Amino acid sequence: MAATAQKRSAWSVIWDYLTTVDHKKIAILYLMGGGFFFLLGGLEAMLIRIQLAVPNNDFLSAGMFNQVITMHGTTMIFLAAMPLLIAFMNAVVPLQIGARDVAFPFLNALGFWVFFFGGVFLNLSWFLGGAPDAGWTSYASLAIDSPGHGVDFYALGLQITGAGTLMTGINFVTTIITMRAPGMTFMRMPLMTWTTLVAAVLIVFAFPPLTIALFLLIFDRMFGSNFFIVEAGGNTIIWEHFFWIFGHPEVYILILPAFGIFSEIFSIFARKRLFGYSSMVFATVLIGFFGFMVWAHHMFTTGLGATANAIFGVATMAIAIPTGIKIFNWILTIWGGSIKFTTPMLYALAFIPSFTMGGVTGIMLATVPADYQFHDTYFVVAHFHYVIVGGTVFAILAGLHLYWPLMFNTMLNERLGKWTFWLFFTGFHLTFLIQHWLGLWGMPRRVFTYLDGQGYNLANMVSTIGAVLMAVATLILAYNIVMTIVRNERVGKDPWGDGRTLEWSLPLPVPYYNFAQIPLIRGLDAYQIEKEENNGEMIPSEPLDDFHMPNNSFIPFVMSFGLFVTGFGALYFASGKDWAINAVSNMPVHDWALYVLIAGLAITFISMGVRSWKDDLGYYVKKEELERDLAALEEERGAN
Amino acid sequence: MAEMRYNVPDNQWPDHPERATLEGKNKQLGFWVFLGGETVLFASLFATYLALENSVPSDDHLLTYDLFQLELAFVMTMFLLTSSLTSVYAVYHMRNNNFAKMQIWLIVTVLLGAGFLALEIYEFSHFVELGHTFRSSAFASAFYFLLGTHGFHVAVGLVWITLLILRNARRGLSVYTAAKVNTAALYWHFIDVVWVFIFSIVYLLGVI
Amino acid sequence: MRNRFKNTKLVGLMTFMLVFLAACGQPELSTLIPAGEVGQEQFDLMMLSVAIMTLVVVVVVIMFTIAVVKSRRSKLGEDFKPKQVAGNHTLEVIWTTIPIILIIILAIPTVYLVFKQADVSSAISQDGQIAEDEIVINVRAYQYWWEFEYPNEGVVTSQDLVVPTDTQVYFTLQGTDVKHSFWIPAAGGKLDTNIDGINHFYLVFDDDKAQEADRLFYGKCAELCGPSHALMDFKVNALPMDEYNQWLADMKTMEEPLEASADDAIEGQEIFNNSCIACHAVSQGGNAGAPGPNLTNFGDRHLIAGYLEHNEENLKAWISDPESLKPGNLMSGTYDLTEEEIEKVAAYLMELSVKEGSGDVSEIEALRESGSEDEDTEEGGEE
Repeated sequence: MAATAQKRSAWSVIWDYLTTVDHKKIAILYLMGGGFFFLLGGLEAMLIRIQLAVPNNDFLSAGMFNQVITMHGTTMIFLAAMPLLIAFMNAVVPLQIGARDVAFPFLNALGFWVFFFGGVFLNLSWFLGGAPDAGWTSYASLAIDSPGHGVDFYALGLQITGAGTLMTGINFVTTIITMRAPGMTFMRMPLMTWTTLVAAVLIVFAFPPLTIALFLLIFDRMFGSNFFIVEAGGNTIIWEHFFWIFGHPEVYILILPAFGIFSEIFSIFARKRLFGYSSMVFATVLIGFFGFMVWAHHMFTTGLGATANAIFGVATMAIAIPTGIKIFNWILTIWGGSIKFTTPMLYALAFIPSFTMGGVTGIMLATVPADYQFHDTYFVVAHFHYVIVGGTVFAILAGLHLYWPLMFNTMLNERLGKWTFWLFFTGFHLTFLIQHWLGLWGMPRRVFTYLDGQGYNLANMVSTIGAVLMAVATLILAYNIVMTIVRNERVGKDPWGDGRTLEWSLPLPVPYYNFAQIPLIRGLDAYQIEKEENNGEMIPSEPLDDFHMPNNSFIPFVMSFGLFVTGFGALYFASGKDWAINAVSNMPVHDWALYVLIAGLAITFISMGVRSWKDDLGYYVKKEELERDLAALEEERGAN
Repeated sequence: MAEMRYNVPDNQWPDHPERATLEGKNKQLGFWVFLGGETVLFASLFATYLALENSVPSDDHLLTYDLFQLELAFVMTMFLLTSSLTSVYAVYHMRNNNFAKMQIWLIVTVLLGAGFLALEIYEFSHFVELGHTFRSSAFASAFYFLLGTHGFHVAVGLVWITLLILRNARRGLSVYTAAKVNTAALYWHFIDVVWVFIFSIVYLLGVI
Repeated sequence: MRNRFKNTKLVGLMTFMLVFLAACGQPELSTLIPAGEVGQEQFDLMMLSVAIMTLVVVVVVIMFTIAVVKSRRSKLGEDFKPKQVAGNHTLEVIWTTIPIILIIILAIPTVYLVFKQADVSSAISQDGQIAEDEIVINVRAYQYWWEFEYPNEGVVTSQDLVVPTDTQVYFTLQGTDVKHSFWIPAAGGKLDTNIDGINHFYLVFDDDKAQEADRLFYGKCAELCGPSHALMDFKVNALPMDEYNQWLADMKTMEEPLEASADDAIEGQEIFNNSCIACHAVSQGGNAGAPGPNLTNFGDRHLIAGYLEHNEENLKAWISDPESLKPGNLMSGTYDLTEEEIEKVAAYLMELSVKEGSGDVSEIEALRESGSEDEDTEEGGEE
């Protein structure tokens, strides 16, 4: 199979990716999908900043602005940040724990395609009557009030992508628990694996409330139920609770894998084991646990009462403790180390002060009475961009450079990488630091314009200039990626030279079966141990023999496509129905919608049935093939 | 050949055939994780229901104590609890490598589940005749959403187990099929447990 | 108790630094120039947290800088082998304990102020009963305007909120169509106007601070509520108590719509009565909750459409095409007037002015005094 490096037709490559169940290829799919949506979300961000550059601007209309902010938030959170992190989880975690694939390779592919079709569905709203415009939080009263199908695209699109994310969560929890190599105990797992495990658990428990909330919204808007219709006994605060019971853990789903990536980077480029490994693990678990107890801090001004506000305020402050532990552990990791300023390390170093600033404003937001002032102002916008850009996006960019050789067997250009970093870093602080003050000066968030004479003009212009710098940085990164692919200069095993964990012990390109023999793990930083004690050779835990691998399948693609079709069917089925809310019932009736709905469900359920009915027993990789591959590697090493 | 490794000779049939292979082990653990997510899903539904219980726009709407008949709900409970028991028998025979008896008990499980579903449909249509429809009030919406989601799970379970009975009819029992049967049984227990909560929280607390 | 952190030297220093480091914004709308007790308490808490957080950031940045500067490979050489340290219990205990202490320092005033600022019991009882002698204002938020009802005095107005200074002003808040959020940044934090229930809180406007802001604070909607969310502003006119009482008394005299005087205004009134009166009241006939803003004192307002300068040109522009000025508003397309008619209506509306000093203030003052007497006897009783 992969050993034959013949030139293949474009169609066979595409077909390979459409049907693959290999976690490494799925990682590349996630990287491309997430990267595409990241550019889209970035474009929307630029539109926002252009509109707000000067007072009373009419670059975007009020309605269009609301669509752009809604799609910017939704795209960045659900379609860019999370998939990009999942890309790295897929690329790295199975290699890090010594597995040949994830626990459910089929489900892994399905998760990707469901996410992808959901994202496409959501974004097609731009061309089909207008994007959602009720904010990424889509609070119920406004979401019910919103005209057209925009919010329906939001609800159905997120429902679809959410299902894909849930599958990924289940997959990684199982993979990390059952698929670890011999000797890879829980307390020997690299931190990237630990944070992935905790984030995956959070996904499993946080997404169902969102699923329910979205169903309530879909039923109310499109099928005549009364969950949020106050006159019929409904209650809109239910949405807020569910959204944030999901939404707060979601923030940790975004930040924990980022912590994992940075922990790896500090260790590699300071040539030092992670300081306080066990307290890092403990802090990760604690943050995940607290993540579910603090959702109401997004609702201090909703009027939940003094007791609820006080409890959730103090609980929120408590999260500072495990987070602080992590920050100090990272500093102590580089303390006394030997730091090499590579591009990933620059992002990691920049992350510490940037994220600390985002963290402390988080504590400020937890001081409830002061939050009455901060809430829904640019202070909050500044805060969450400091943690999400300064944490998650920095980690994604760092991870991209760090894991690029592992995924593509080439290296991104370091010079361009550093240009990207410095521009992005400067632009980021320029954009968001000043927004703290805008908020304190009384500028609410989500305003499509502001009046002259309120003292907001200069700060907004500064912010826009910063955004331009970030855009330029992104373009340089894109150029870097294209040039790296074009040049295609292959690198060998352990390209950074200081890899410590198992994934760096593998030959590049990584064989499709990952490990010819599953290695024996003798401690934390498994590869580093063997570098010191065994000349960099992992000790195999099993004799060379046949092993089992899963078959490729086209069913995940078809099943996801079915959901995509179902989404359209459900959406247009509601048009013009008298039971739907006014905004939807006013629209023209589409007679074909019911058939589309049925067809979509049929595609999904029949392909599910086919999957269940057929025996898919996989295939065996033969000992002879492994021996051939190992001999070839040996020869290559001899040649060098 | 690859398939051969799933067919274990009778004298080597393991105590836990569903966990005899790595795939089987993954499947069992993964399914438990999935049920963890499902638990949160139903918890959210219960929260919605409790928040909107008896929340109606005007006095002429029916409330819990006007609607619920504990007798019917009790019969439904018995159907589902018994079907849970019969699925345990099926798994017991699966572990003993007794394919025929496993199939029979799975069929009994499906029949009992179908009986439950029929009663639920009867109850819903009765409520609709009384004017308690999905669209009549927030309370009604929440009621039908919670019970409907459960009912949908029951229906999915019925289709799933029926398909398993049919697909395995020719294949017999192997460690590959055993893992499938065991996850279906786990699922069936889960929806049974959810029903116990529905019976206590919705029906019992609703009429007291 | 009121300004319990005010005298802390550190806080004072921080405030001073902040003033120098960055401008505080403008007195009529900045949270950094608090105009009364509630805003001041929130500002003090903010400054306490800023002080603690600055300390944290400084410590982190210093440690971080030392670590980076000391440990550069370019300085240490390629062959330097770092000592592999697993951890250090003492250090870990230190950086767990100190944050806990800092958080306790922050949590105590937070919890205290949460309960203090949520306490409206002296004006509004548990079941929503309003004390007659307190300043209570019912706020109703609409897409995209505000209605202010003074229930004790029986006065309704819109867009321009009139409040007395140097006393606690209690608000009841409710949204009518979608959720909004009522925010006067200078006076204190915001509270949402839900459509599912009524929220209560209070604010205080100091008279000297009001003077600094020319007695006109800015109010804003802080929750995304549709296309014109950004334009859902209002003005807060903070008057000394006697002027405030006089204003209420004047408003109360407007039980019947004012008769127009100028010729075109007389015609305008006729057109208004045919086309606009279904939604807009121009008198104080107990009509809170109407579909459109109450226009009784329209001529005295400070803004057109909540955000434009108050002149006849803007008014005409607004009536001719409200959609272009406030997209998504509910007034667009509900009437059909010619340009000429619009001019006349505008002339009429600009005439709608409440005559200062026309009302009998003694009735309102009696209302207040009855309350303060009650309070005195109550307090006496308690002592």
